[in-house]
Amino acid sequence: MNPAYSVIFFTVSSGAGYGLLALLGLVGNAHGKASSPGFAITAIAVALILITAGLLSSTAHLGRPERAWRAFSQWRSSWLSREGVLAVATYPVALAYGALWSGFIDMPQWISPLGLLTTLMCAITVFCTGMIYRSLQTIPAWSNRFTIPAYLLFGMATGSGLLNAISFIFGRFQTDAGKFMAFLTLILTFGAIVLKWLYWRWLRKRTAQHTMGQATGLGEGVRQWEVPHTAQNFIMKEMGYGVGRAHARRLQQLCMLLLDIAFFTCLLAPKFDWLVFPSALCLLAAAWVERWLFFAQAEHVAQLFYGKERV
Amino acid sequence: MTSLPAATTKKLGLVIDLDTCVGCQACATSCKEWNAQGDSGPLTDTDSQGSDISGPWLNRIHGYEVHQEGRSDSRVVNFPRSCLHCETPACVTVCPTGASYKRASDGIVLVNPETCIGCKLCSWACPYGAREYDYTQGVMKKCTLCVDRIYNENLVEEDRVPACVRACPTGARHFGDLGDENSAVSQLVKERGGFDLFPEMGYKPTNKYLPPRARKESYGDGVAALPKGDGSVMEKLFVWADRLLTASKASAAANPLDNSDKLEG
Repeated sequence: MNPAYSVIFFTVSSGAGYGLLALLGLVGNAHGKASSPGFAITAIAVALILITAGLLSSTAHLGRPERAWRAFSQWRSSWLSREGVLAVATYPVALAYGALWSGFIDMPQWISPLGLLTTLMCAITVFCTGMIYRSLQTIPAWSNRFTIPAYLLFGMATGSGLLNAISFIFGRFQTDAGKFMAFLTLILTFGAIVLKWLYWRWLRKRTAQHTMGQATGLGEGVRQWEVPHTAQNFIMKEMGYGVGRAHARRLQQLCMLLLDIAFFTCLLAPKFDWLVFPSALCLLAAAWVERWLFFAQAEHVAQLFYGKERV
Repeated sequence: MTSLPAATTKKLGLVIDLDTCVGCQACATSCKEWNAQGDSGPLTDTDSQGSDISGPWLNRIHGYEVHQEGRSDSRVVNFPRSCLHCETPACVTVCPTGASYKRASDGIVLVNPETCIGCKLCSWACPYGAREYDYTQGVMKKCTLCVDRIYNENLVEEDRVPACVRACPTGARHFGDLGDENSAVSQLVKERGGFDLFPEMGYKPTNKYLPPRARKESYGDGVAALPKGDGSVMEKLFVWADRLLTASKASAAANPLDNSDKLEG
């Protein structure tokens, strides 16, 4: 599939934003009011800016962005619509939680439940994003059990990396809570490494279950004889994308390397606390490479009509 | 609404005969011509006079070579491909705006160009590559089964069929109600063993394809076997002529003016 940068930026940026917001919800749920309003407001603002930038970027993918509001209407059947509805519904919850958690509104008894609600909204929104891809059985590289965990894990891992960096700026990284968050980053990063290793191994070893013979109904002795046009069409541009597959192995290694660096810098961060910055940056870069590959490596069954023998 | 109708009154669709289709592209060009105006229009091509021409076509004709096991020859199957107006199409349910819909009355799957946001998700959901994005309009285009022809009372009766069906010179395209067992198209599907594309996807396409008829015998490598000699005077004459001509051909090869061996193809 053609990796549209607007969609990659959207899923990486919003994913990190929702991951950060979800963790902030858990922090408030566990510890109550934030230790400083500056830290709370900054962290919530960073999360919402990342989410908003991502959502705005996703509209750049549309042919008619001015009609984007219509996408909130079909939540009964469409995961894309559900994602849109939940993304918007998360804003008031997150703002209310931010006001409570930072102490702007003094109602401490609501911090814990609203924190949990914020976390849940974030998780469900990212789950819906994953389901958009997971539900497309036309693209075997997406419609499998790895897709949802990848979206959730990368969102959480990048979000936790950012939270470490923000804690450091506000001098909170060396507290027990800060160290616990760094520990959580290690677990999430390790989870991402294992998940992507398993996914790419599965993708390499899987036997393609769809053939040109099945697509055309002409049996297994079929091959392309003549293309139906003189130049590339939309289907070939959108569904067939050779560059990603040509460099897939190298880029997978790069993604793993970035995750490994993120892991070890985070491991050393309690001793050299400035390492939270390279750690967070490596996580974001790894998420970008992972997302680019997620699209570029995915093959669509419609390619079977255009000469591809197996998908 | 992108939720699907529980059932449709009719199941209008096409039956495409892969045996008689000659791949002349008349259906594709007729489709483009009709749909460039009216409901789907415009279907703008970019760089239309250049080398990188591109634009939405609602019907495309592929050519496949089919090699049957146990036969040394193969055959070419011309393969028109357009929207199959599935009974349970994922392209409709994934649509976030309700622009894609399936009509409860006749089962035709349509896109409302006024509400489509051009997210392209429906084209990702379609296994048949039937939906093509219009880069100039920013919306998705697809076969409408010529909804603006088939009910059009301004047209004479015989023109109230999809443009592709009307244009087909070999009668390889049939239009009708596949929900009605007694319709001509349903009968044709029954008689000829009409099949679904990608049945395992589970979208239950309405359009059916009729398989190419089996050929009776194999012609081996395509070279007729040499007849056995009968020892007659005529045969001896031919053998003598053959030797003579073979010898003169060998001397001709030495002639530098003869370029026949350098010709391509």
